[in-house]
Amino acid sequence: MIHTPPRLLPAGDHALLIEFADEIDDAINDRVHALAHTLRSQYHPAIRDLAPAYSSLLVCYDPGCALFTEMCALVQGVIESLETYPPPQPRCIEIPTRYGGEFGPDLVFVAQHNGITPDEALRLHTSVVYRVYFVGFAPGFAYLGSVPEQIAVPRLETPRTHVPAGSVGIAGRQTGVYPMDSPGGWRIIGRTALTLFDANCDPPTRLRAGDRVQFVAL
Amino acid sequence: MLIVLDPGMLTTIQDAGRWGYQAYGVPVSGAMDLPALRAANQLVHNPPDEAALEIHSPVILQTNTPHLIAVTGAHARLEINGRALPLWMSVFARAGATIEIAPKRAGGWVYLAIHGGIDVPRILGSRSTFLRGKFGGLEGRALAIGDQISVGAPTIGDLVAAAGHGVERHVQPQSEIRIVLGPHDDWFTPEAITALTQAEFILAETADRMGYRLRGTGLMRSRTQELLSCGVPLGAIQVPPDGQPIILMADHQTTGGYPIIATVIAEDMASVAETAPGDRFKFRVATATEQSISRLRNRQSAHKRPQCDLTIPCSNGNISPL
Repeated sequence: MIHTPPRLLPAGDHALLIEFADEIDDAINDRVHALAHTLRSQYHPAIRDLAPAYSSLLVCYDPGCALFTEMCALVQGVIESLETYPPPQPRCIEIPTRYGGEFGPDLVFVAQHNGITPDEALRLHTSVVYRVYFVGFAPGFAYLGSVPEQIAVPRLETPRTHVPAGSVGIAGRQTGVYPMDSPGGWRIIGRTALTLFDANCDPPTRLRAGDRVQFVAL
Repeated sequence: MLIVLDPGMLTTIQDAGRWGYQAYGVPVSGAMDLPALRAANQLVHNPPDEAALEIHSPVILQTNTPHLIAVTGAHARLEINGRALPLWMSVFARAGATIEIAPKRAGGWVYLAIHGGIDVPRILGSRSTFLRGKFGGLEGRALAIGDQISVGAPTIGDLVAAAGHGVERHVQPQSEIRIVLGPHDDWFTPEAITALTQAEFILAETADRMGYRLRGTGLMRSRTQELLSCGVPLGAIQVPPDGQPIILMADHQTTGGYPIIATVIAEDMASVAETAPGDRFKFRVATATEQSISRLRNRQSAHKRPQCDLTIPCSNGNISPL
């Protein structure tokens, strides 16, 4: 459901959640990032941080500088003028990936689950230009969507305790790359040698919201 | 310089946090008990958001030059060369002094600030350690035996004269924590909302810098569908399907998929942080007046912050471009 106007919800006395919808929709996601971009470029002294997601934006603010009602007024004003800010031209990033074998232990499962061959699964995964809906959960972890229905798979019932950095996974119709070694429940189909997060760079992530991403089989 | 003789467990360098990078999935981190960090820094004539040591278990350090230090936060024993000294006071430690700090009960967060500040590089605008990401602080890790911690150059001439000044202990852990309902309170049954604001909760053993898990009445949802992942703030009270709430703390992930029944107000987060496993507390919905008063207090402390410090939360200089 799309909320018109967007819902403005308090999160303590120090954050405001703006909900545009409760579903995944490319046009809504564009609006989320346009709002984040506009708020960021206007440098409001009260705003400390912004966390965009699929269809919502969390605005963290300094409770010493503004009250919830003041933040709502500010955000509503920006939302009303959003149409005049077209989304920036997206960057396109290729991710060279080794599929299957030791790099993608779940490729065979993904294929079998959907009644196709591993080669077809690989071809389907590389056939789509994905959108970065947002970066969240962990540093540099980009939520990419959507994979073709024929390679959608449920998460592992028991997450792995160790997923190596660069692992490419699928969960439902989402796909993504683990930027660092971590536990994880996504089905791993391949691995890339690209560095996706470097705390010594600013901005620190290779993939950013709004980017387009294509996987290339090595 | 400080030399680490006994690093304790999970002793890290923390400042007021790494603000402005949540859109890259980078948690804010920073001191669990922010007012205690600020008090310690003020006692040693540092900018209030300067980096200090965050101590969670007994540590032993040695100085190799004279230093002005202050220890604040949870109740702890402070000894310099075996002599007990009070917390919440500036103290002079001569070269070669042994400093022992031991929290009096498990779960407390204690801060050691040192005049000149801890001199480690700022990563993405902050000196805070983020252990899971292995960056910030000292090489992205907790302190280890033999570590040598560099300290910034002193800006005052007479460290001895600056010692002996105290402040009142800032935060008393309170048994009543103030919240604002939402953002997802409409995902819960009326009984769950009543239970949240009337029942008692116990802090579970699994309490770390990422989140504090509570035990108490199960908070049941009125909706069964999955929440679409969204940004989550400090103090969010997330409720997983088992109904046992988790309060998100300094190292919390930037987005999450569990509905948030309520969020603790900023002023009460230090009190939550200093709660020990097994402690009981209740939640109460903050009144509009309390939120305004909280705003005034936050504003007063904000005004004390020097404008040159890039880590001040009011500054937008550290919000990076899209």
